[in-house]
Amino acid sequence: MAISKTLNVNGAQVATTVDDPEMPLLYVLRDNLGLHGPRFGCGLAQCGACTVHIDGKAVRSCVTALSSVSENNRIVTLEGLGTPENLHPVQQAFIDEQALQCGYCTNGMIMEAAAFLATNRKPSEADIKKALAGNLCRCGSHARVVKAVQRAADLAQAR
Amino acid sequence: MSKNFIPSRRDLLKSGGALVVSFSFAARPGETLAQDAAAAKPLALTAVDTFLAIDATGTVTVYSGKVDLGTGVRTALAQIVADELDVPFNRVEIVQGDTALTPDQGPTFGSLSIQIGGVQIRNAAALARSALLDLAATQLGVKPEELTVSAGTISGGGKTVSYGDLVGGKAFSLAVDHTKPPKTKDAKDFKIVGTSVPRVDIPDKVTGKFTYMHDFRVPGMLHGRVIRPPAIGATLQSVDESSISGIAGVVKIVRDGSFLGVVAENEWAAIKAATRLKATWSSWEGLPEQGKLMEHVRATKVAKDDVTGNVGNAAEAMGKDGVKKIAATYDFTIHTHGSIGPSCAIAEFKDGQLTSWSASQATHNLRKQLAKMFGLPLENVRCIYLEGSGCYGRNGHEDAAADAALLAKAVGRPVRVQWSRADEHGWDPKGPPTLIDLRAALDGSGTVTAWDSEFFMPQQTPNMFVVPLVAATLSGMPADETVAPGNVFQNSNIPYKFANINIVCHRLETTPFRPSWIRTPGRMQNTYANECFIDELAAAAGADPIDFRLQHLDPNDKRGIEVLNRAAALAKWDKRPSPKNGQKSGQSGDVVTGRGVSYCKYELVRTYIAAVAEVEVKRSTGEIRVTRFYVAHDCGQIINPDGIRSQIEGNVIQTVSRTLKEELKFNRSTVTSLDWASYPILTFPEVPDIVMDLIDRPAEKPWGVGEPSAAVVPSAISNAVFDATGARLRSVPYTPDKVRSVLRGA
Repeated sequence: MAISKTLNVNGAQVATTVDDPEMPLLYVLRDNLGLHGPRFGCGLAQCGACTVHIDGKAVRSCVTALSSVSENNRIVTLEGLGTPENLHPVQQAFIDEQALQCGYCTNGMIMEAAAFLATNRKPSEADIKKALAGNLCRCGSHARVVKAVQRAADLAQAR
Repeated sequence: MSKNFIPSRRDLLKSGGALVVSFSFAARPGETLAQDAAAAKPLALTAVDTFLAIDATGTVTVYSGKVDLGTGVRTALAQIVADELDVPFNRVEIVQGDTALTPDQGPTFGSLSIQIGGVQIRNAAALARSALLDLAATQLGVKPEELTVSAGTISGGGKTVSYGDLVGGKAFSLAVDHTKPPKTKDAKDFKIVGTSVPRVDIPDKVTGKFTYMHDFRVPGMLHGRVIRPPAIGATLQSVDESSISGIAGVVKIVRDGSFLGVVAENEWAAIKAATRLKATWSSWEGLPEQGKLMEHVRATKVAKDDVTGNVGNAAEAMGKDGVKKIAATYDFTIHTHGSIGPSCAIAEFKDGQLTSWSASQATHNLRKQLAKMFGLPLENVRCIYLEGSGCYGRNGHEDAAADAALLAKAVGRPVRVQWSRADEHGWDPKGPPTLIDLRAALDGSGTVTAWDSEFFMPQQTPNMFVVPLVAATLSGMPADETVAPGNVFQNSNIPYKFANINIVCHRLETTPFRPSWIRTPGRMQNTYANECFIDELAAAAGADPIDFRLQHLDPNDKRGIEVLNRAAALAKWDKRPSPKNGQKSGQSGDVVTGRGVSYCKYELVRTYIAAVAEVEVKRSTGEIRVTRFYVAHDCGQIINPDGIRSQIEGNVIQTVSRTLKEELKFNRSTVTSLDWASYPILTFPEVPDIVMDLIDRPAEKPWGVGEPSAAVVPSAISNAVFDATGARLRSVPYTPDKVRSVLRGA
């Protein structure tokens, strides 16, 4: 039976309808709301491509049941992190460092790094690598991603 | 194509569903089938209009059969055209991989997108420029040689005219002969080629604005999932449709032979249905025992032998008295492509026409396969490329396209198929296992007098670089039966000038899993064995590994010699034999360090690479850490230096991963490494520092970059481990268990 659900996505209250409250948040965001930021990679919380922020924390949306999220939770996707006109420091740094190849994992890298930097303002290279250890990239953009996160930390300091 | 979509309450209430892409351009990818527009577009490789058009605003549209697989080649191709035509970079647009619009320049494989694709487009651009100058000369009444071009505007005699005004969407109607290429710009006049123009796709990819294949939607579309047999050769016996009767939104269970799929109104319903659907299958146990894989390879029937190197008489030289004989066997396991985004495709049948959207690296080949499968005339099939997750060879994209087409035909509506992670790990075609036996003789002066090697690798169906589609195989629909691992014999031959050489590739009739090419196919496995074995010979001769290679390289191959010397300088190479302490046991202590070199002239005719790996080996655990990796690289003319750096970094990191960690796991029935826990890849803390030296030769031809530097990685690591420990690793991957076992025997 279809149920209605109100969510807070990228600063807006949005209503959606689903058949199954156990449906992962990823499919609500991608299929019901038409967002492109969070991506399907494994459905197992192993790769990080689906990462979004819920109340500022990086969360794997592929294993987050819709029923576990309420309209009081602030969900932010890559689209809501920053816009082309007003980029988040991590997004800007990824452009500056050309820190991706195919870019399929990039959503997860940026969302994970942004949540990490919010509480770690001056991370070392080792800290960054540790923070991103659960995010997989197959193209081999890792070295650039680490540089981009370091650059983002500097950008955020300067802002 | 699609617009960015940040939901506002009003928009969502209005749409209440998935984003549907609307089409506003004629003859652009993403458009539904428009035969009239498509029919007018020339596709022959012999016509300038095939490759580019200039509209009235002066915008240049380039039609490229080679596609951007996440490499940045779209940006590089635009650089080439912008420079050749003298137009601003941002006035060049690229249409890629649409069988109705772009020529068949071959699949996007083999590091040929610039070398072949870019050069063909450059030839067309040079001819277009020259025709525009002739037109301008007539119109302005000025001699062509007195004209200058800047930003797409031609000036002379105090007058100007723009490209847009001159040609304005009309055809050039000029022939181009790539075997007799026109004169193109002198290297000294390059303005955009050779510079690190930022990639055009990155801003949209970091903001969620980009439309990947996985994001694409067509009106009226349904969602499909496939249910693969639990054993690779099992046949479908029965399906219990009632097992999913409780799932809302299921439209149809599609069964055709042993092909089984579900189609639903929404993606989650399709996922649940595919997971819960009960079916019975026959049993099948046709795979070899994993622990005896290489015995199986050695025992496989040989279809034919390819002799890839033959100089002097190796057998006779090997039998001479007084020579030191050395022999070794190397093996390289089975790998999966492992794209982070599992394969995805959409298909639509409409009025007898099939339109297929996918991230295929070879839309023209896919078109032929789908036409055959569905018994359609070729002209009734259109395949359109949309960028997907990184593609490192023929992975599952084409199979997902066939799945989507089969399901779309069955339900009479467009269907999007998204493979699961297990579908991708289990059913993408695999990089086949390779086994290599090597023997050599050294004389008393440390010169190699004989080199004799045998490679065991699958055959390749001649001129058929297409991998059978899973859906066609399971359903029994028409298909060409091919074995297509790619040109895996390449680099079995060696760049060294030994007096006696015998190299044979035993092309095997079969290989356990449906094979295909994975980045650097064969070249990686073969270079690995050759470059490890020459290191063994250097050690046996008590020679420095770089000196030993230089001693045996063709002295006329100056670029090869330079790239090795540059790698040595870059890595501050300490000239001495391996192992490090001059003794078999190597250094004392649990963690020991070493360095190893490797060299490759790709396919013996193009890109040169020399690499040095620095490693740490923890002897108690067998863990290897590649701490730093140096690459000296000569691909001739560089189009975009940062793009090349990015490709080299990718080659190194991905191949360190393949070398240290990756191995397909299977039982007698099927693949068992179906996720990232059972098929782990390199993670951030394990990534080496990468240092490189790019040799730019603007006046030379541009050669490939996407694969060559991967070829040297496994051997450089093995050679470094030998330097550190005195133990030789001869079996990829170098997992801690295997390393400990080799160390015990050293």
